Amino acid sequence: MTIQSSFGHSPLGRRSFLVSGTVAAGSFSLGMRLPFAGSAEAAEVKEINCWVVIHPDDRVVIRIARSEMGQGTLTGLAQLVAEELECDWSKVTTEYPTPGENVRRNRVWRDFGTGGSRGIRSSQQYVREGGAVAREMLIAAAAAEWKVSASECAAAESVVTHKPSGRKLRYGELAAAAAKLDPPKQVPLKDPKDWKLIGKPVKRLDTHDKLTGQQIYGIDMRLPGMLVAAVKACPVFGGKLKSFDAAKVEKMHGVKKVVSIDDNAVVVIADTYWNARTALEALPVQWDMGKFNELQQDDVTAMLKEGLGASEAFIGNKAGDAQAAIDGAAKKVEAIYAFPWQYHGTMEPMNATALYTPDKCEVWCGTQNGEAALAAAAEAAELPVTKCDVHKLMLGGGFGRRGRADYVRQAVLVAKQMPGTPVKLVWSREEDTTHDQYHPTTMCKLTGGLDASGKLVGLHVRISGQSILASLAPQNLQNGKDNVVFQGFLPGGAEAAYGYDVPNLLIDHAMRNPHLPAGFWRGVNANQNAVYMECFMDELANAAGQDPLEFRLKMLKPKNATVLKAAAEKAGYGKSLPEGHFHGISQVMAYGSYVAAVAEVSVSGDGILKVHKITAATDPGHAVNPAQIERQVAGSFVYGLSAALYGGITVKDGAVEQTNFDSYNVMRMDEMPDVDTVIVPTGDFWGGVGEPTIAVAAPAVLNGIYRATGKRVRELPLMNQDLKKGA
Amino acid sequence: MAVLNVNGKSLQANADPRTPLLWVLRDTLGLTGTKYGCGIAQCGACTVHIDGVATRSCQVPLNSVGGKKIITVEGLAENGKLNKIQQAWLDLDVPQCGYCQSGMIMAATALLAAKPQPSDSDIDAAMTNICRCGTYKQVREAIHAAAKA
Repeated sequence: MTIQSSFGHSPLGRRSFLVSGTVAAGSFSLGMRLPFAGSAEAAEVKEINCWVVIHPDDRVVIRIARSEMGQGTLTGLAQLVAEELECDWSKVTTEYPTPGENVRRNRVWRDFGTGGSRGIRSSQQYVREGGAVAREMLIAAAAAEWKVSASECAAAESVVTHKPSGRKLRYGELAAAAAKLDPPKQVPLKDPKDWKLIGKPVKRLDTHDKLTGQQIYGIDMRLPGMLVAAVKACPVFGGKLKSFDAAKVEKMHGVKKVVSIDDNAVVVIADTYWNARTALEALPVQWDMGKFNELQQDDVTAMLKEGLGASEAFIGNKAGDAQAAIDGAAKKVEAIYAFPWQYHGTMEPMNATALYTPDKCEVWCGTQNGEAALAAAAEAAELPVTKCDVHKLMLGGGFGRRGRADYVRQAVLVAKQMPGTPVKLVWSREEDTTHDQYHPTTMCKLTGGLDASGKLVGLHVRISGQSILASLAPQNLQNGKDNVVFQGFLPGGAEAAYGYDVPNLLIDHAMRNPHLPAGFWRGVNANQNAVYMECFMDELANAAGQDPLEFRLKMLKPKNATVLKAAAEKAGYGKSLPEGHFHGISQVMAYGSYVAAVAEVSVSGDGILKVHKITAATDPGHAVNPAQIERQVAGSFVYGLSAALYGGITVKDGAVEQTNFDSYNVMRMDEMPDVDTVIVPTGDFWGGVGEPTIAVAAPAVLNGIYRATGKRVRELPLMNQDLKKGA
Repeated sequence: MAVLNVNGKSLQANADPRTPLLWVLRDTLGLTGTKYGCGIAQCGACTVHIDGVATRSCQVPLNSVGGKKIITVEGLAENGKLNKIQQAWLDLDVPQCGYCQSGMIMAATALLAAKPQPSDSDIDAAMTNICRCGTYKQVREAIHAAAKA
């Protein structure tokens, strides 16, 4: 990706580019190839509007407010702008505006937050308008030059043509004049049937530098005179740093300073990461482990179990009288499921680089929320936001973890103790594993009533466990209730509605918050809710003596049913499979999209599971880039199945027991099933893609395991379960 | 002061002799294409070639590689021309976040050098690198494509 910097007018009034093979310190950042400040070329580069910048040689730079973390948002959002701009796609590059620039320009780029699979669906309207407005300004500039009516002109492939005369002007020739025009107030957007770029599987814009080592991630940041810091926070959340003996390590190789931050972490600053880390490991530290230091995993389980039968709970979805219907049912089915804490495990551990002086603070990092990172930097620096900025770098994975700014705060608190010296703070994998904001842990008791014909007449779903909002953003609770808990279970709406028509339904939540912080984790609460609901639907179908697909289709809403049928048809559900292979199915609506999966699994006589193939169907409304959707779907199974197979964080004496990929395993290539993706876009809404499919991964496999073994697995991870027949 | 042969160049590295090669490359020599993922040889993000063998550089101390030929991801392309694996990766749009891909590409390049036509089980055995975005399907396809190129 060639994302860079520097245009004719920077409100910062300064240009301090470092072209040392690292990164720009200007107000637009990323990448390597920088036009030099003050050069003739830089003066000719024109911003048409906040989204579109055009170079004299027709290169188009599209500004992207959301963060790229692998999900392909740079490319998808650029497609949306370029579609309306009518520019030559081969000349498009992208760049990030900084959060500070957004503040200075009255939030002209709106939301920087990158999560909830929202990048495209929540900004598609205004970024397409941005492209359309720029196109109309370029056309108006050409019409003025030719002294003709704009209605006689048309734009295509970065050229404006005067239709009656055939005269042509390139965007690069028009940019300077167009940039001076007032933008039109209203511009109609193209009819989807006229789209040329949206819906096409174009290549990503950011691949090349990821193949040669040139791509700069936060952890690769280098600045002249920079030092590197290693951090260790109290092993138990809620505990504090008591004391440390800096003198024991201050003479060690490369060590510059030993400091504490907040009241709970100690940091060694050195010339290199290895020297900082080695000294940190040698540093004698005394901790006050706090009030949770005797808490064990069994205590957490007991806390959640208690909530399953508690009399008080927040209601998320209610229809009719579930209890009466269950009491009067011909057959009653009950099951209890449990879902553990899970670790994000981004490949790039948390890190941030900060440069603090008493009147300015700059941060370089990968972040899913640039504005939150800026706010955290300003707060930690004790400076006004206007004196701070954050330069966003490529993320080595986000998955929700980098929506938090705890690591940014730490980096600034360290840099503040070294004014004028840039400091890169890097978490070890061990620190990253033990100080995550974990996927919340919950349990669920499901009770269903079937009538004599096998119809589900009543269903009670009791969730007990952790609330993400209570941990991260208690101000967003509604009278104590966390609505996010009910993802995929909501009574309606375009985001995460419950897909089944059940006449008597109660879904409620007894909030129980153990001490590990909970956070948004790719797929969030749809993940366990889909396990609970889709596995239990299989149990109900079994009790009713019906096929799981037929049983579901009798109750599913139309769009949910359509994607489930699409997956089943493509997988050949109900037809013969190789000996010992079995199908399991699941579906969910989340992040505005409808998804379904059919897993083909086998379990050997000694209990070894093999997931052979997964057929996945997705209706995201509009499919902006089918090639990227395929990759997000396949990747979702890796993330979702890694969690199902191995993902489990546990505590001992209040501290997280797992420390690295040896004790927190994830899926490797040899376990990767074949993935067949079916995209069935209905074209009548905009849904998300990066997350919904994760939720159907585990339940499809678990339902397949039941078909193969007759065993209902109701607790994850699978590695703790014995799948041997009869075991 | 150690002298290393990295990507065909003789480079001086002033670091404690016990420092893992990974951190010498990244912090001392400024070759940040080689990534830190776990530090315990589990994830493969730090894979480099040492005398042609794919090796996890987080486990290799500086004092053990003097005189050996080290190739990092920065040294694969020749005069800007990507190698077969890199080109297949580009053609098939393999990376997502890309952080693990340096190690993937180093492991795959070594695999093809040893086995020009690898089977799926050869690929499973050689490619034990962790990718959290989940590019495994594209990685496999790209190795097969590169083998045919």
